[in-house]
Amino acid sequence: MDQLLYATTTIVAGVFGCVAWFWGANGLLDLALPPRGAHAGRNITRANLVRPWLFIGPAVLFLALYLVYPVFSSVLRSLQDADSRHFVGLANYRWLLEDAKFREAFANNLLWLLIVPGAATVLGLLAAQITDRIRWGNLAKSLIFMPMAISFVGAGVIWKFIYDFRAEGQDQIGLLNAIWTALGHPPETWLTLPFWNNFFLMVVLIWIQTGFAMVILSAALRGIPEETLEAAVLDGASPWQVFFQIKVPQIWGTIAVVWTTITIVVLKVFDIVFVMTNGQWGTQVLANLMYDWMFRGAPDYGRGSAIALVIMALVTPIMIWNIRNARREMS
Amino acid sequence: MSQMAGQKAHLTWAVNLAAALLVVLWTIPTFGLLVSSFRDRDQIVTSGWWRAALSSEASDFVRAGGAGEQIREGDLYVIAGHVLAPGQSLSAWGVSARAPAAFAPGEVAELKDGATLSVAADGAYRLSAPAAFTEARGMRIFVTTVTPPRMTLENYARVIGAEGLGQAFLNTFTVTIPATVIPILIAAFAAYALAWMQFPGRALIIAAVVGLLVVPLQLALIPLLKFHNEIGLGKGYMGIWLAHTGFGLPLAIYLLRNYMVGLPREIIESARVDGATEFQIFRRIILPLSFPALASFAIFQFLWVWNDLLVATVFLGNRRDQLVMTGVLRELLGSRGGDWEILAASAFVSIAVPLGVFFAMQKYLVRGLLAGSVKGG
Repeated sequence: MDQLLYATTTIVAGVFGCVAWFWGANGLLDLALPPRGAHAGRNITRANLVRPWLFIGPAVLFLALYLVYPVFSSVLRSLQDADSRHFVGLANYRWLLEDAKFREAFANNLLWLLIVPGAATVLGLLAAQITDRIRWGNLAKSLIFMPMAISFVGAGVIWKFIYDFRAEGQDQIGLLNAIWTALGHPPETWLTLPFWNNFFLMVVLIWIQTGFAMVILSAALRGIPEETLEAAVLDGASPWQVFFQIKVPQIWGTIAVVWTTITIVVLKVFDIVFVMTNGQWGTQVLANLMYDWMFRGAPDYGRGSAIALVIMALVTPIMIWNIRNARREMS
Repeated sequence: MSQMAGQKAHLTWAVNLAAALLVVLWTIPTFGLLVSSFRDRDQIVTSGWWRAALSSEASDFVRAGGAGEQIREGDLYVIAGHVLAPGQSLSAWGVSARAPAAFAPGEVAELKDGATLSVAADGAYRLSAPAAFTEARGMRIFVTTVTPPRMTLENYARVIGAEGLGQAFLNTFTVTIPATVIPILIAAFAAYALAWMQFPGRALIIAAVVGLLVVPLQLALIPLLKFHNEIGLGKGYMGIWLAHTGFGLPLAIYLLRNYMVGLPREIIESARVDGATEFQIFRRIILPLSFPALASFAIFQFLWVWNDLLVATVFLGNRRDQLVMTGVLRELLGSRGGDWEILAASAFVSIAVPLGVFFAMQKYLVRGLLAGSVKGG
């Protein structure tokens, strides 16, 4: 009961405080520079100089403090020792290059980057193409899209159950081993299987992201003008030709967007590896390695920050590409 | 022409089949865990969830009573008792590990020295011999039992009470609601300013917002944690709201600005001419008109905050009474990794709310995705 009361008051206070700022600040500005009376014109001009900053001020403050400042702070920390007391130059980066675990994480991340966005986009495109042509397409879309609503941790539990292992001779309760043993093989502990366990983890993210790719690509497919398709069909194009030579080239831009979006998710994703293997058995990835160095045991902020900056470096090209695209759209 | 029609029917059939296959592949993982969450604890570990609707068969042995329990009936020494647990029924039994199902219920087995053993279908056994039993430990009776399928809500009752999921549920709400409402408010004002107000530095801020869409969250953890500690916020709800607000803002501003720019200019300008202040225009015109965009972002932010593990682990602390549901779930995975009845029920308590929101508001979610699909975050 106490908890409930506390929760309600904190929620009300938090939300109310925010409303009060916008209401109060605008009210005060109107009081200080009333848009009527002797100096109405001058007041309005002055108020118009201030008011945008009242509107945008909190947002700018938050962005600067919670996203811009940490980037610079991390750069600084990555050049310092474990407690951020002394400068050590590039020692942390040199350490990264020599650390076997980092190399493993980096290689695994490349594997993830190569496979997950590609697989999710291709499967999404396939799902979009198929579900657009059937009567129960909307239901099918909802069900394929559903994993988007499930947390990575929840998805981890769901898939760990699929990969569950029982010793030979016992009834398998994990679906994958049940199928595998029914085919006449001995049961496997999938998540500790060297190298291949990476793929079993990737499947989870592909499962989650395919719905996202499907929804966006399906909208793009529907945006293709009917006339082009009809003309192609009249000219005798087969369904395959229509798909690969007419539809896909027309939605290239959207495919690229879906691909990059999932790429970003892959770089930042941490929960799946964290809950399913915690980077053991050769499944480490950068985000989880960073967490290890920053929060487990004796924290080493220098090394942790250096790893975080490697992730940042991998994202930067996409960031530049994004800004360019946005600029082009606006002009 | 007829050939084309024929080909089409053939294709429709294949397409339907392919769609069905995809849907099954995509729902089965969740469905399996859902079924398991309602199953009896013992049944989960003995048979796969796909056999949940069937009776489960298990082999085990039970010890008959020892010499102390024998009674004399005429010239026979008899030990009697029961081998079944309530709810089970017997399908076969045996007297040696090599042939644990050698006898049908009701049959009589001849043992050495003239002793006999019979086990009835209801599980009552009767061991009799002409000479007195001397062993203190009773003989082993191997039984193959059949337990009818049992669906139960016990697992849920258990995780919500004993495993602390009820508390975590409340914690998650306390984190999620302000962390959804506050960024929407802040972003809506900012988006309006970026879309419809003239001021120096506007283009720069827009570019910054787009760039910040992709900044990895990991980078922000340590600097912000230190910052929170320095200003005395420490680990707590206030801190996590601020963090989620900061991390959610780029997407919120981006989505809302794109939407607001598309609103008709005439409405806003005629309101200005009529003497409405910017605040009034925002509150009375822009906010109501932007409802679809606000709704779609609200769903995003809600799902993202509810499902988040990283931000909560770092900014909220790991005390039992502070954990959010993803945190509890992660702990359970670590400590109760094999107790699937607990894991399954916990997972479903934690995904019930987002799934409900997802199915109820899917229309807005999709709309938001499509509006935001031209960026990369």
